[in-house]
Amino acid sequence: MTTDMNADSYVTEDGRTIGPVVMDLKNITLRFGGVVAIKDISFDIREGEIRAIIGPNGAGKSSMLNVISGFYKPQEGEVYFRGSKRPQMKPYQVAQQGLARTFQNIALFDGMTVLDNIMTGRLNKMKANIFQQAIWKGKAEREEIENREACEKVIDFLEIQHIRKTPVGRLPYGLKKRVELARALAAEPSLLLLDEPMAGMNVEEKEDMSRFILDMNDEFGTTIALIEHDMGVVMDLSDRVVVMDYGKKIGDGTPDEVRNNQDVIDAYLGVSHD
Amino acid sequence: MFYREAGDFKTSYKDDNQTFPIRLDRMGYYIVMFVAFCVVPFFVNDYWVNSVFAPFLIYAIAALGLNILTGYAGQVSLGTGGFMAVGAYAVYKLMVAFPDVSIVIHVLLAGGITAVVGVLFGLPSLRIKGFYLAVATLAAQFFLVWVFNKVPWFYNYSASGQINAPERSVFGVIVTGPNTEAWAKYMICLVFVVVLAWVARNLTRGMMGRKWMGIRDMDIAAEIIGVNPLMAKLTAFAVSSFFVGVAGALFFAVYLGAAEAGESFGIAKSFLILFMIIIGGLGSIFGSFAGAAFMVLLPVLLKNVLVGGLGWPTDLAAHLEFMVVGGLIVIFLILEPHGLAQLWRLTKEKLRLWPFPH
Ligand SMILES: Nc1ncnc2c1ncn2[C@@H]1O[C@H](COP(=O)(O)OP(=O)(O)OP(=O)(O)O)[C@@H](O)[C@H]1O
Ligand SMILES: [Mg+2]
Repeated sequence: MTTDMNADSYVTEDGRTIGPVVMDLKNITLRFGGVVAIKDISFDIREGEIRAIIGPNGAGKSSMLNVISGFYKPQEGEVYFRGSKRPQMKPYQVAQQGLARTFQNIALFDGMTVLDNIMTGRLNKMKANIFQQAIWKGKAEREEIENREACEKVIDFLEIQHIRKTPVGRLPYGLKKRVELARALAAEPSLLLLDEPMAGMNVEEKEDMSRFILDMNDEFGTTIALIEHDMGVVMDLSDRVVVMDYGKKIGDGTPDEVRNNQDVIDAYLGVSHD
Repeated sequence: MFYREAGDFKTSYKDDNQTFPIRLDRMGYYIVMFVAFCVVPFFVNDYWVNSVFAPFLIYAIAALGLNILTGYAGQVSLGTGGFMAVGAYAVYKLMVAFPDVSIVIHVLLAGGITAVVGVLFGLPSLRIKGFYLAVATLAAQFFLVWVFNKVPWFYNYSASGQINAPERSVFGVIVTGPNTEAWAKYMICLVFVVVLAWVARNLTRGMMGRKWMGIRDMDIAAEIIGVNPLMAKLTAFAVSSFFVGVAGALFFAVYLGAAEAGESFGIAKSFLILFMIIIGGLGSIFGSFAGAAFMVLLPVLLKNVLVGGLGWPTDLAAHLEFMVVGGLIVIFLILEPHGLAQLWRLTKEKLRLWPFPH
């Protein structure tokens, strides 16, 4: 069976619907002084898909994610979100548009409990003003309870009920990664960016994480862009893969296409990969 | 009855959100409130109010304020004394200009004015952090005191350069000026403390507090999640300065009765409040009280025991106080940055498992 991936929307082999382009990056170039981290890269992310970005160390993957989340300002190129060009924005304004992310080096709030960390993910949903919050009545109290319920769903989904009230600083690495994912998921993002969600995990933890990513995409229809080094995981999870090397895009397509691309094999996968 | 949650099931998120989730804590809180409101007022005399209760309650408000800024939002400030001065001079000008308006409103307005000043001096925090911000707030401290000394309008051109609190009353009870009775002084401070502590608790356990703590723990991540760092920092400065301003207003109007900026609100005040939150516990409401109590009681205790009991000279006792406080600051900073509040928490955690720790 062949699917027309250029159509406005299509159905994958496992029955998920991939919609139109949500995020379109056009000719992005990012420089740090003399270092060119991203060189004229264009690619898009479609509604409902799992999009992977792979490449060797220092290829510019994290920088790409930072451009998408508004943390780095590219010197050249444009970002289109849902069809319209995104103006210069602060990262918190990008978050308000429905983007959420995790970090390569976990960026949780160590002094706060797991629950409070996850609740911060919902800050764009909570509108009570400071005076309502000061007396903890009406809108403030109602919002706290409603959003707590939403967070509890995420907590159940990611199976972290037992550590709800634990300060994050005390958690082991694998659980921290999961809490960070929970915080991003709590925002109910329309686009979720994951920077190496499985780095440093053992096989079992990786399997759990893969399952969560697939379920998230399947159950909530979350569009996901992820960076990952584990080839097996990437090939299993993703619908389409962008390959970067030295800041350039050297491949883009389905896992099979990428696997058979000679440039990619030379640069990254190594000839010995079967 | 054992000290634990077991058997005390929470059936709603509302219950789970309460300030004292453990029944015994809740009872302890009610007992403290009962004693504070219904027992102490009948027994306090001038000595106890002036040397213990009034300073403790007023410093607790200031410590709550600084803790919101430093402990919760992670922005260091050495300008607390200067902001207390703003509250004091604001309440003085208001009391004199509008004698018919209630002193309670004046104190709140003084807090509001201090909040505005605090936001102005908080603007550099958007650009600078840590040590450099501390220096900037230190500049605010000296600048504010200098202004209050230099501009006679602030002290209504009085010959002494001092400000004196006129007599004002609440519900017919005199609360400021030399004729104030001990219990009235105590009560007005107590009411302000209880209400403001409740507000601080509400703000810090809700979204505002999470934004502050997010900025404190990792400002870049907080911004990427959607916290507007400008708003988060400036609200922290505003709320904190409001508290500090109210403390300054009460300190002058209710406690001192007369004040002079450099003497009453100098840099020493800034450090005193900072020591309170370090010893009591950064990022803790309870810690603000514990620290204020500690710093107020320690000199009283040392004076009574060493000077009164053992007959030491006063200056020796005073020096010993410096040494004890200095040593404790070092110990707390190194060993227990979360202060007395954390020690209390650890004790309670142990107690929760007692008598079967495994
Ligand atoms: N803030 C920065 N300042 C200067 N150079 C940077 C900065 N961020 C990234 N770079 C440089 O840009 C290049 C790409 O870095 P990036 O972190 O995007 O790589 P990556 O593909 O995520 O690598 P890894 O797999 O190791 O995470 C590197 O050469 C890096 O040194
Ligand atoms: Mg990276």
